[in-house]
Amino acid sequence: MREREMQSRGTDMPTQERKLLLKKMEISVAEAEKRTGKNAVNMQETYTVYLIETRPVDAASEGTNPVPDSLWRRYSEFELLRNYLLVTYPFLVVPPLPEKRAEFVWHKLSADNMDPDFVERRRVGLENFLLRVASHPDLSSDKIFYSFLTEENGWKETVFETGFQAKADSRLKALNATFRVKNPDKRFAEMKHYGDELQSVISQLLRVRARAADRLYGVYKVHGNYGRVFSEWSAIEKEMGDGLQSAGHHMDAYAASVDDILEEEEHYADQLKEYLFYADALRAVCRKHELTQYELEMAAQDLTSKKQQREELATGTIRTFSLKGVTSKLFGQETPEQREAKLKMLETQIEEGEELVKERNAECEEFVKSAWVDIERFKEQKDHDLREALISYAIMQISMCKKGIQVWNNAKECFSKM
Amino acid sequence: MSGSVVDNTVSSGNSSVAIPTDISGQILDIDEDDDLEVFSKDTTLSDGSSLNASMQTSSASMINQYKFEEEEEDADTKDIFVTVDNPESHVTAIETYITYRVETKTTRSEFDSSEFEVRRRYQDFLWLKGRLEEAHPTLIVHPLPEKFVMKGMVERFNEDFIETRRSALHKFLNKIAEHPIFSSSEDFKIFLTAGSGELTSHKKQGPGFLSRMGETVKAVAAAVRGVRGRPQEFTDMQEYAEAFSQKISSIDKVTQRIVREQKEYLEELKECGPTYALWSQSEEELAEPLKNVAGCVDKCCKETEEQVKHLNDHLIPVLHEYVLCADTLKAVLRRRDNIQADFEVKTEALATKKADRDAMRDELDKVEDRLEWANNALKSDWTRWQKGMRTDLRSAFNDTAERNVSYYEKCLAVWESFLQSQRTDAEGNGNVDFS
Repeated sequence: MREREMQSRGTDMPTQERKLLLKKMEISVAEAEKRTGKNAVNMQETYTVYLIETRPVDAASEGTNPVPDSLWRRYSEFELLRNYLLVTYPFLVVPPLPEKRAEFVWHKLSADNMDPDFVERRRVGLENFLLRVASHPDLSSDKIFYSFLTEENGWKETVFETGFQAKADSRLKALNATFRVKNPDKRFAEMKHYGDELQSVISQLLRVRARAADRLYGVYKVHGNYGRVFSEWSAIEKEMGDGLQSAGHHMDAYAASVDDILEEEEHYADQLKEYLFYADALRAVCRKHELTQYELEMAAQDLTSKKQQREELATGTIRTFSLKGVTSKLFGQETPEQREAKLKMLETQIEEGEELVKERNAECEEFVKSAWVDIERFKEQKDHDLREALISYAIMQISMCKKGIQVWNNAKECFSKM
Repeated sequence: MSGSVVDNTVSSGNSSVAIPTDISGQILDIDEDDDLEVFSKDTTLSDGSSLNASMQTSSASMINQYKFEEEEEDADTKDIFVTVDNPESHVTAIETYITYRVETKTTRSEFDSSEFEVRRRYQDFLWLKGRLEEAHPTLIVHPLPEKFVMKGMVERFNEDFIETRRSALHKFLNKIAEHPIFSSSEDFKIFLTAGSGELTSHKKQGPGFLSRMGETVKAVAAAVRGVRGRPQEFTDMQEYAEAFSQKISSIDKVTQRIVREQKEYLEELKECGPTYALWSQSEEELAEPLKNVAGCVDKCCKETEEQVKHLNDHLIPVLHEYVLCADTLKAVLRRRDNIQADFEVKTEALATKKADRDAMRDELDKVEDRLEWANNALKSDWTRWQKGMRTDLRSAFNDTAERNVSYYEKCLAVWESFLQSQRTDAEGNGNVDFS
């Protein structure tokens, strides 16, 4: 169902002639299985693998139903893929993975990664991730992504061969460092702020919702006690017996109905979680903009100071404080030859500096342009998806109310026969 | 003679002030000596049997009258209407207490007027209940609300407590009024109509402390001895009473638990709406649907609050009444057993003693009558009580189910209007402002 949804969304996309992978290929994460094996430190571990199935789109429409190609991947491989994409496309809002560990749980849900419900929801989340990437105008044509879907063996090596790790390390260092940008693009500053707010408010919503779900569970389940007691009571009554007994059954049904209701709500929570993690990806892009902007500003600052030095040397005035200036004051001026040499060196540096600034400027502009396109795309996607999520939440509430109406009407009939 | 009769005698006792007074022009007379039911001036009562003087004389006819298995209590045939309302606080030097207005409208000929209005306090109700139980030990008197609620440390003068009590007192009097035997009790009539001075002096009549002590001693003796030949039907009733008591207590507990869980759910739900509203402040396109959802959640909160209130105000009091009823059933059966035990003792005594045989035979005949009356009264009233219980509980559960349906229907409407607004928005193709 989600596939078709994604496919149709693909056709609604802006009219850039991008060959979206999703238009050519059906992708799904069909199954999950437990495996045991030796890990990196030669210890036994149990982990889950997920079956990725792919099939060319045309095959289905031709009427034939060939067996899909498939391969198994574990969560860590998905993580590797995502990290690769993050480093390779820093200007894109890269779709997030489902959570590594179960968070925002309410008491009935297990926080255990091996719990079948968690595994199932993760399977859905991983499929969603793949579909998101495959329907992204830029990401879907990535070769590493394609081989992730199609080449079981040797994929890891291929990824490492791209050398993205090196870039990753330096970027990570830079991102974690604190630096101040003098002239950030206002739009990105606003986006970063929005990302912060979105993350905060969705976290709060998930927390509150989980607690409310916990309580609602309690309300429904206690009604099950009515079922038991009514049944016992009906045994000692003559005329009231039948009415009580059947009312009791409806109370049991009411108590049992909460399981389905809350399971559906978990899907809603998962939709919110996706955008909680998307907020993080958005903030990462804004941070990367800051980084490129910072590097540009540093280069420009450096160039300016070098130019100033040149001016001072040329005119003989010392406006900037420098150790050289002090020492030359103390120990006398330099010889004209020394000054000549210095000037020449500065000129070279200035030339190089201007090149660098040009480069960085271009980098910055390019980044801003590409990133902003993707951010706009992301905004549209987010508005659409979250609105759909709210609508589906309303539909869930309606379904819950309808069930309630039915049960209590039935109970009422039984009571009236008491 | 129509018109209302109200009490306007001035108290000659200690001063008491009624706060607030919306019964203008009338001075409420509360004699604090009411509290102390002391020794009666009448000490001629030597044995318990004359307690039942009022019923003894017509016991035979009463048994015949007491055939109301066929009787239907139609609203049409109801000829007495009693209301309990308007609680008011009274402060004296010694204590503070609440009185309730008791209004009676009736067409019965034994009443001097068709409308009465008096003020009564809880102790007066206790007195009435005691009198009815004394007069008819094997009839089932509807329970009064408890004297003091220890659970949850509810204050005596807390608004909710007063309202709960008022409602229970109202039900109590109405149950009495509906009862074929109780409603023609002289004590009941006096309770409904007498001025407080009159009531006070009436209370002082009747079996005093000493004779009641005598009864109690006898009852204890009989209880200790136990009953030997209890008819099976009463054993069945005993078993029923035990089982019913357990079940109704369970249901009471379950219901209270539901209320607690609902309240906790409500606390959490109350935070959801504001969170959606907060989120809407960061959004542009999404602001409208988010604000809308916030509104929907808040509305559902209100509905949940109402639903909990209904449970608290309607189902829980009824269940509680019947928990107390279960105890009454057991007490009534015990008293019947005591009468039978008394009869058995006297029968044995007659068989063994040689002297005083005539006096003892008279005594025995009286007790035998008493036993027969008690058994028949109990059987009839038991059936009557079961019918009443069935009606009351059926109605209470029915109302609860209906209320729950209504709750879900209201929430359903809230969410459907949200959906509707989103559909309209989508058809309008985007940026329609719904603020």
